[in-house]
Amino acid sequence: MSDLCRLTIHEARDLLRRGEISAVELTRAHLERIETVDARVRAYLHVDADLALAQAEDADRRRAAGEDDSLLGIPLAVKDIITVQGMPATAGSRILEGFMPPYEATVSRRLRKRGAVFLGKTNLDEFAMGWSTENSAFFTSRNPYALDRVPGGSSGGSAAAVAADEALVALGTDTGGSVRQPASWTNTVGLRPSYGRVSRWGVIAFASSLDQVGPLTKDVRDNAILLEAIAGHDPRDSTTMPEPVPRYEDLLEGGVQGMHFGLPREYFVKNIHPGVRRAILQAVDKLVELGATVEETHLHYTKYGMPVYYLVGTAELSANLARYDGVRYGFSAGAANMWENYRQTRGRGFGQEVKRRIILGAYALSAGYYDQYYLKAQKVRTLIREEFETAFETFDALVAPVAPVPPFKIGQSPTDPVELYLTDVLTLPTALAGLPCISVPAGFMEDEGESLPVGLQIIGKPFDEATVLRIAYAFEQATNWRQVRPQLA
Amino acid sequence: MSTLSADQVRYVAELVKLALTDEETELFAGQLSAVLDYASALEEVDTSRVAPTATVLPLRSVMREDKVEPGLSVDEALANAPEKQDGYFRVHAVLEGGQ
Repeated sequence: MSDLCRLTIHEARDLLRRGEISAVELTRAHLERIETVDARVRAYLHVDADLALAQAEDADRRRAAGEDDSLLGIPLAVKDIITVQGMPATAGSRILEGFMPPYEATVSRRLRKRGAVFLGKTNLDEFAMGWSTENSAFFTSRNPYALDRVPGGSSGGSAAAVAADEALVALGTDTGGSVRQPASWTNTVGLRPSYGRVSRWGVIAFASSLDQVGPLTKDVRDNAILLEAIAGHDPRDSTTMPEPVPRYEDLLEGGVQGMHFGLPREYFVKNIHPGVRRAILQAVDKLVELGATVEETHLHYTKYGMPVYYLVGTAELSANLARYDGVRYGFSAGAANMWENYRQTRGRGFGQEVKRRIILGAYALSAGYYDQYYLKAQKVRTLIREEFETAFETFDALVAPVAPVPPFKIGQSPTDPVELYLTDVLTLPTALAGLPCISVPAGFMEDEGESLPVGLQIIGKPFDEATVLRIAYAFEQATNWRQVRPQLA
Repeated sequence: MSTLSADQVRYVAELVKLALTDEETELFAGQLSAVLDYASALEEVDTSRVAPTATVLPLRSVMREDKVEPGLSVDEALANAPEKQDGYFRVHAVLEGGQ
């Protein structure tokens, strides 16, 4: 492997600035890396070498003309639910196979303006609904640390691409944990920004009150750089806050000395793997060693996160996915009349998990059940938010595990939806509350003879990504789990 | 115990115009009954004085200046259409007995 593929943004930035490497060299190295390992990792749904090299040449020209930017000439990957001009967008679904978006997401446009190079689109669970990429209509991505296991999901392709050095950084989306959980399972850094921090315009909708785009990176500094590039108010998304975006990279230093963290007991659930528990408790010891105080606390509403999320989230997606009617874009079944074409297009175009969730959401919204399920869930969502608000009167941040279990072996995910839905029980409440949270590498655990990554979750106050990143940075600098690389050759 | 019968699954599927096979209908009825049963835990929470959360943001009714801005051209908007004709999406007759 070329050493160029091991670089972070900030390392590559220095070499590009000094003229020691070019964006074309950096891009070519990554395209070769994809060529070498992606048949095994299967991170990408779509790679466009010609387009990437043309963008890299353009970045080199811009630099020669005097331009300078952290992202100028940086090759990256984008989850295939975020639109990029000139690339197909499938959302991992047959119903969008062949769809070429006639527009581009705000986050992609911002990166393009800064001179980033788009290598391709990464695999995901269909419409971001899943934990493993096994719900992708196309194939299952692999965990670079154990190729017989899933990388997590739904942003599993993006996480696998970064972990396997097939992209410097990647974008994912997190509706209920889809950036943090794959980050935790692939030894990468994954941030879910506060709801309203990053534009959703041009991101194919799943659950509109929950969806957020987030960076997946090799280290915390890169995460800060990428977040700053995509964050901020967007006139095209009325749910972005008109808040100034701090220069996150300049706020990483300072450490955790004197900070007070809460450790919610309820996040150590009954089915937590002993290896996860051990890694998290060691991480807590490390934070104390670094000068923080950590106190056990309670978040009593944690257990309601799962039902609230699945009622609110499925209600929203059942409405959002009604747009797939086989008329304006995507797959059309070609049935004889209008209603039959709607039924058949959706019946054949959507996979099983998507159909199951549409039914649940439509049921929760239907006459006679609306108050019992949907409205009730929205009220409990308020209590979940208020409980976090109260916690933040005492604590600077909360620390917790990300996923209670190690990555599943491929084909061995639980088949019972309740058991599956409980996989993201530790990432759902924060999503419902709209809080910024990160998964940062916290070591490795043993499971059936394999050594697997574990992530530490750090949860912050709304719009305080800077503190979340600063804590993660202090922890990363003191531990450096990133140096443990996957053995891919 | 909350249950969702196969007939209720069929009814909801028809509301959202989604074709399900008989196997899917039976499977979803069983699985979603289990999910709803789990969700019934919410009943134990007293929410009599709690307002619902639809969005976590304090923003309401965001307005912008009523100014025309360029949008997609007709060709761009139709580029992905399965069927089109004379600058329009081609659709099946919407009214019964239509041609």
